[in-house]
Amino acid sequence: MDVGYLAQYVMNGLMLGMMYALVAVGFTLFFGVLDVIKFSHGDVLTVGAFAGLATYLGLDLLGISSPVVLVLCVLSVSALCMALLGALIARYLVLPLRSAPPLNTLLITLMLGTVLRESVRLFYPQGANPKPFPALLPTDSVTMGNFNLRLDNVMMLFAGTIVIVGVHLLLTRTKLGLAIRAVAQDEETAKTMGINFKLIVLITFGLGSALAAFAGIMNGLYYNEINFGMGLLLGVIGFSSAIVGGLGNIYGAILGGFLFAALQTVGAVAMPFASAYKDVFAFGVIILIMAWRPTGLIREKVSERV
Amino acid sequence: MNDPRPRGGGLIACIVATIAVTAYVIALLVVESQIGILILLAGGVAAVLAAARFGVLARVGEGLARRENTLHLLAVVGVVVATAFFHEDHFILLMMATVILYVLATLGLNVQFGFTGVLNFAGASFFGVGCYTAAVLSMHTAVPHILVLLIGGLMAALIGSILLLPVLRTRGHYAAVVTIAFALLFKTFLEVNDVLGGPQGLRVAGMNLFGWEFNDNIQIGENLELSFYVNYIVLGLILLGLAFAFVRRLERSWIGLNLDAIRLDDTAAACFGLNIARWKITAFTIGNFLTGVAGGLYAMMLGFIAPTNFTFGDSLILVSIVLLGGIGNVWGLVVATTIVIILPEKLQAIQEYRFLLYGAMVILMLLFRPEGLLPRPLRRYFPGWQPR
Repeated sequence: MDVGYLAQYVMNGLMLGMMYALVAVGFTLFFGVLDVIKFSHGDVLTVGAFAGLATYLGLDLLGISSPVVLVLCVLSVSALCMALLGALIARYLVLPLRSAPPLNTLLITLMLGTVLRESVRLFYPQGANPKPFPALLPTDSVTMGNFNLRLDNVMMLFAGTIVIVGVHLLLTRTKLGLAIRAVAQDEETAKTMGINFKLIVLITFGLGSALAAFAGIMNGLYYNEINFGMGLLLGVIGFSSAIVGGLGNIYGAILGGFLFAALQTVGAVAMPFASAYKDVFAFGVIILIMAWRPTGLIREKVSERV
Repeated sequence: MNDPRPRGGGLIACIVATIAVTAYVIALLVVESQIGILILLAGGVAAVLAAARFGVLARVGEGLARRENTLHLLAVVGVVVATAFFHEDHFILLMMATVILYVLATLGLNVQFGFTGVLNFAGASFFGVGCYTAAVLSMHTAVPHILVLLIGGLMAALIGSILLLPVLRTRGHYAAVVTIAFALLFKTFLEVNDVLGGPQGLRVAGMNLFGWEFNDNIQIGENLELSFYVNYIVLGLILLGLAFAFVRRLERSWIGLNLDAIRLDDTAAACFGLNIARWKITAFTIGNFLTGVAGGLYAMMLGFIAPTNFTFGDSLILVSIVLLGGIGNVWGLVVATTIVIILPEKLQAIQEYRFLLYGAMVILMLLFRPEGLLPRPLRRYFPGWQPR
């Protein structure tokens, strides 16, 4: 195989992996603090992308054309809105169901995902059709043989890395991160130590949802198109990634995200069957990994297991 | 001192209640105007709330629970009356047959996570296995169609057994992802696979039972013609009756007790010598079998199937039915399926918004009545038995 093609596939895989990892980190954060799965995460991502698009259109109307301002505004508005949405979801849908079986939380957030998806389709102007997403980043590219390195992709990879490293630093180096980890480890003890449990949960959900908004905008920039249904598959992939990596573990989520992208790429390129089977292949391998490592590649620390 | 009088409503009350419910469902199906439907719905909710408030609901429920055979008979009579009422209305009969087959499919899910606690988010996929088996066998082979249904169920159970190892080894959310991944894998596979028709789907031959063509209208005498869906309703009802009796017996037997024990606490169950793996396999396989059988008949009834019928969203609908009805309660399935299938079809005015409203409805349900519409009652080993 040509080196250029290979590099191209690696690059595409890295881009996909970055998006999946961002979504998976969100899942793993939610799971860490509350031991719940918030399945509306993928649709929060969709809403984030649409909020970004709306912000862009609004700024465009105002006549602002500086790309730096545009990117920053789109990102911050979308991330803030989604952080708020995530906190609201936690406050009114997830926290009230704490004592219910986990299946109920899974289902309520799945249904919320449906509600969000349908709301975008019905209430966003012509929301049922795919929307072109503006190319906000410079579109220069370098071509080496068969390898076409686009500047915007590099910038997105870089930004994604910064965000993930930032989240990691936030979790490990700040007082807030300490509080989040304390709540994740033991809710009761954290409370007795004077940590405002509810506030920390809301902040964590806000943080995770802001990550989803970031991933959504990245998705829009990468494909130059967004549609109301894009969150469902991304959400499921992010969830699978978080699970395969090992829930509650941020490294696991990142590993899982890139692993899934790698599986898709390998399934599309290196396997003897048609590339349309790439998702079949990727999900098949996920099932196999689950059979091999039932609690993920990086194992969750479970003490109560008998 | 025990009260010697039987608690709960008398036989008359039960019959009156059945007549009222049947009449209400028929009315709901008859009315076409959206205002009328909304008024009926509001009236129905108000009636149920009032009945609950004045204890009528509890008494009738208690009375029916004690006379289980009467309840079964009344339910069948109710369906037959409704079918007779709509004997030539294709669309309404199709809806009724769909409800019956969905109840059959969700019975399978109920065995899986209602009784045993084995999560299955790929219900629509196993339903689809039954459908595709029926399509292939009915179009390309001469296998008798009643066997096709059986094979459809067996195929679903067989394909489900691929997932056994990961399902057994994982728990909780980890188990959820196995079936979710399978649901997505299955739908994508159907879409990209040319042999099984790809995105266009497959045609399915109609049911033919010992020479009786199910897809012909039934002509009785000179001027009475029954819609061909009546055939499917009758067969569906028979299958459902068998499955229902089977699941009830299962629930009431020591096997059901084992399954409950495993759901409630598998560690404790293992300590008492229950073989967890064996019972999880049993429940998962039985559940998939029932779902597959339902799928087979459904495919034959529709005459055409495509991958879009078996998405992850459809699996979620099946899960929601079990949850809405009250996990583990087989009668709850009937109520929940009726609501989930018929309401969106009748409320055409809100057709655009139906998924939105449907999602909102489940959310409200989970927030305010998480145990479901009809919570599962305590197991009754001997219906009608009175402690003396």
